[in-house]
Amino acid sequence: MITIGNYVKPKSLEEAYELNQARSSRVMGGMMWMRLGNARVKTVIDLSGLGLDQIEDEGNVIKIGAMCTLRQIEQCEALKDLCGDGIAECVRHIVGVQFRNQATIGGSIYGRFGFSDVLTAFLALDTFVELYDGGTIRLSEFVNRKPDKDILLSIIVRKSKRKFRYDSIRQTKTDFPVIACSVVTGMVHGKETWYFSVGARPMKAALLEKQWEIPADASEEMIADYARQAASEFTYGSNMRGSAEYRQHLAEVLIRREMTSILAEGR
Amino acid sequence: MEIQFTLNKKQVTAEVGADTVLLGVLRDLGCKSVKCGCETTNCGLCTVWIDGKSRLSCSVLAAGIDGHEVTTLEGVEEEAAEFGRFLAAEGGEQCGFCSPGFIMNVLAMKRELDDPDLEEIKEYLAGNLCRCTGYMSQLRAIQKYMTLQNENSGKEAQV
Amino acid sequence: MNMTEETKDMRVVNQAVPKVDAEALVTGKAVYTNDLAPSDCLIVKIIRSPHAHALIKDINTARAEAVPGIECILTYKDCPDKRFTLAGQTYPEASPYDRLILDQRMRFVGDAAAIVAGTSEEAVKKAVKLVKIKYEVLEPVLDFRTAKDNPILVHPEDNWKSLCPVGADNKRNLCAHDVSESGDIEAVLADCDYVIDRVYHTKANQQAMMETFRTYTYLDAYGRLNVVSSTQVPFHVRRILANALDIPKSKVRVIKPRIGGGFGAKQTAVSEVYPALVTWKTGKPAKIIFTREESLTASSPRHEMEMHVRLGADKEGHIRGIDLYTLSNTGAFGEHGPTTVGLSGHKSIPLYGKAEAFRFTYDVVYTNVMSAGAYRGYGATQGIFAVESAVNELAQILDMDPTVLREMNMVREGDVMPAYYGETAESCALDRCLARAKEMIGWDEKYPCRDMGNGKVRGVGVAMAMQGSGISSVDTGSVAIKVNDDGFYSLMIGATDMGTGCDTILSQMAAECLDCDMKDIIVHGVDTDTSPYDCGSYASSTTYVTGMAVVRTCEALIAKICERGAVYLGCSVDEVEFNGAEVVNLKTGESITRKEIGNRVMCFNNEALSASEAFSSPTSPPPFMAGIAEVEIDKETGVVEMVDYAAVVDCGTVVNPSLARVQTEGGIAQGIGMALFEDVVYSPKGKNYSNSFMQYKIPSRLDVGNIRVEFESSYEPTGPFGAKSIGEIVINTPSPAISNAVQNAVGVIVRELPITAEKVYKGMRDKAENR
Repeated sequence: MITIGNYVKPKSLEEAYELNQARSSRVMGGMMWMRLGNARVKTVIDLSGLGLDQIEDEGNVIKIGAMCTLRQIEQCEALKDLCGDGIAECVRHIVGVQFRNQATIGGSIYGRFGFSDVLTAFLALDTFVELYDGGTIRLSEFVNRKPDKDILLSIIVRKSKRKFRYDSIRQTKTDFPVIACSVVTGMVHGKETWYFSVGARPMKAALLEKQWEIPADASEEMIADYARQAASEFTYGSNMRGSAEYRQHLAEVLIRREMTSILAEGR
Repeated sequence: MEIQFTLNKKQVTAEVGADTVLLGVLRDLGCKSVKCGCETTNCGLCTVWIDGKSRLSCSVLAAGIDGHEVTTLEGVEEEAAEFGRFLAAEGGEQCGFCSPGFIMNVLAMKRELDDPDLEEIKEYLAGNLCRCTGYMSQLRAIQKYMTLQNENSGKEAQV
Repeated sequence: MNMTEETKDMRVVNQAVPKVDAEALVTGKAVYTNDLAPSDCLIVKIIRSPHAHALIKDINTARAEAVPGIECILTYKDCPDKRFTLAGQTYPEASPYDRLILDQRMRFVGDAAAIVAGTSEEAVKKAVKLVKIKYEVLEPVLDFRTAKDNPILVHPEDNWKSLCPVGADNKRNLCAHDVSESGDIEAVLADCDYVIDRVYHTKANQQAMMETFRTYTYLDAYGRLNVVSSTQVPFHVRRILANALDIPKSKVRVIKPRIGGGFGAKQTAVSEVYPALVTWKTGKPAKIIFTREESLTASSPRHEMEMHVRLGADKEGHIRGIDLYTLSNTGAFGEHGPTTVGLSGHKSIPLYGKAEAFRFTYDVVYTNVMSAGAYRGYGATQGIFAVESAVNELAQILDMDPTVLREMNMVREGDVMPAYYGETAESCALDRCLARAKEMIGWDEKYPCRDMGNGKVRGVGVAMAMQGSGISSVDTGSVAIKVNDDGFYSLMIGATDMGTGCDTILSQMAAECLDCDMKDIIVHGVDTDTSPYDCGSYASSTTYVTGMAVVRTCEALIAKICERGAVYLGCSVDEVEFNGAEVVNLKTGESITRKEIGNRVMCFNNEALSASEAFSSPTSPPPFMAGIAEVEIDKETGVVEMVDYAAVVDCGTVVNPSLARVQTEGGIAQGIGMALFEDVVYSPKGKNYSNSFMQYKIPSRLDVGNIRVEFESSYEPTGPFGAKSIGEIVINTPSPAISNAVQNAVGVIVRELPITAEKVYKGMRDKAENR
């Protein structure tokens, strides 16, 4: 378990950022995962009380404060209106209501965990992260950065007419996923574009972008070929929950199902 | 550091370390209903309410509770006993060790969901593990309890 | 005999009475071990070996001892060098004496290397990190298939000892070996039209009771060691601690408060020795609370078993012979090793009572993984998975409905069971159980499978099971009842309620016999100083064995009440009758109430108004059960989802229908976990990966589907009110029934548990490729 020297609840973001520059400081989210490690942290910084626990619909974007709980995400009407049921789907399997009342989206995204359902879903959407020092950057860029001393303030989803699906396979219903897949499609710069993200490979979610023009009445075989192509462009590994080979198979199946569902909606 | 918070409607003070979790603090303050089952946020035994929401006290830093409101089973004892009678009638408490956390989440569900169906009940309570009962008796108890609650509130509305 | 006739006049037995301790449990009262522990207990923690096999070369405790608050750090040098077993079994135990409290040799990752005790959690945690241990790392034996006669020995020590002739030999890594048979199995199999020849593999499983292992200890005014522990076997713990500490048994008192579940885990004294040693050395109270990680890595899980079944039948489907070889992995120590394995054959082969011959052979081997122990089902679960799966494979080869094959071959009431120690099935409603389970699930409409048209297919699968009711000619339960002032009764039992409700059902039986209300009887937890002897709650013994002791004790007590009543009424005892409330002179109509008798015996009385009787049975009447699973399988991913589980149990008379039902539902849910999810996984170096509820996945309420339970009762003539056991049998059908449902749905047979989606997927893929 974690060892903590000081607990600080800063009054301002400036203070939080300053405190976090020390090598042995850590920003806490819901303290779900961080607590389980054996780290010795001198100062833990609690961002609650800085107003980062709101989801705001700002017209062209939805801005989710980093301290919003996964339960807030699950129950958010604005996200449901924009993305459909996929957002709730990506969190509702996570342990239980009590856990989701506590785990934060900031913790989920910042941690860039291999098992993260949340990261898999938001990565496929048109998502940005707002950092205290580093400004606003694409989530896909943030995912591949090494953890640094900046502070994640919010997750920003840009509104557009994209279609979004999320699905996962688990052993027990509330376990970590064996595989998690998101598919998003929409017009980008006038071109039909497909985004695929696959998480729990078991490595952290990665994103694939394809400018594929797929007719709404595409045959099952054609969709299956696209799905096979998409799934084959990710790498997979083996662990207790599944082999690399099985994960790739599952990714292919889920991607195909999600594409089929999206195309059916377009018909 | 010293923290002050409201525990079951009473102001309390506790001296805690920066990495002390709430669970132990609550037990030291006499709330023995709060149980530790797994230490990894998977079992739901340590469920309490913080500002009215179900949370896992095994992973809440006590330091962060300063100024907040905590409710344990001891704080809703009458309501717990009332639901508990339904649970006992079905034999659904069995060893009883998971009952306090489970009951806390059932009562939270009652406050949050309006007339939930079986699937919604199961999903809401998925984070409460029980190794004894196989869950069926608990569901029977909840459904009978909810039915009675609805009947009672219906009667009140008519009056 | 028809049970309804026998039980229709009962007032309390066969009623769904809520548990006597229900209110305290649902309002979260402080009733469990850690709730009761004094606040000044020393905190005890164990330093555990990081190596699967090693010798301790040096332990440096100097820096750790300097930590403020540290009371003592104990190593193997501080422990008696006399081996014992932690198995909670009747003396002389079948399990070998192969343990020390602390040993110089480490036998699995997690083995106890040192004990640290101090005044606070923080101090002890700090000290644990400062103890420096030098190990000589040795090569471990990790594959149980290579353990027997392996040059690497898990127990090379000379003071290893086996008290019973179980075929053990520590110089061969052998914890037990035996062969039993009836008829000429080789000749019968050679003559069969079909012989199923298959190997099945069941894994270690964790009981995963919600309350982990825990104990606190203190010395009382008499200098005796008092032990409050979450245990199923208080009287055995008394002996185990006396052995471990090498002190007289009279120096030990064991108290059992409420227990947060056991399922067999607490039939091994997993946690008691550590605080006991600390208290004995320091004179101070001490407690240990196992973390969940310790409970999952240094505990007493189910024995992993590999079973080779040869099942012979004629072409009509008559099962003619069963040959079973079981290889059981007892891990680092032999707790319950020699006994669990026996049930893998003795509780599976007799289900098919018409076979002409059987043979049952087994080896139990030591390896360098965590020691196994007792888990609900106790070997029967593993054996029944193997034999029932083989029967289901036979059905497929014969192209027969597996329920029809069973109807043709199953044991029936009155059958002699050669593979069950030659006992006769005096009470057996297995035929009715299977028939009813088929109706409940709609077998005839659903067998073998239905394509749901959405890429999913639903299959049904069947299995039967049996267990015992106590260990015949061994298990002993005794009971005492005394009459108090105002005539209320104290029921004193040594059987241990672990949430199972035995305090309640034994009170029900007493209330039935004594013709009184439940509220007239008080019952409490076990205290070895005051409770009458009972071997403990395991082996499905409590209802049957201790229940019968309750019946006998009540009979003896009623006779004494009549005697006292007659004295007070001034008449002969032949002239009176006790109706529960009063003793009545049948000639005069004169009477004296129980209340008055209770009060009067407390004044100028030379005879105590109490009775105590014991019971032990020469037989162990088996309960029977049929279970049918309906699963839905995703044909592309292999994901198996539980839809429905119909189970019908013959436990004789059902003493408390709601508690029996919950026992059954709970056992089935555990069985579903075993079948589909639960696995103890080790690294190539023997580190246990399944060390938390994040990694060892027990089913949540979303994973078990619907579970429906009914009872088809027989009447057991030797049991209390016709009752047999229920506690263990209920875990035995899910694994083979679910496996059969998968087989019937997609044609894939998974012979190694758990049946994961990936195994089903690979089976389907291989089938498609071979087509």
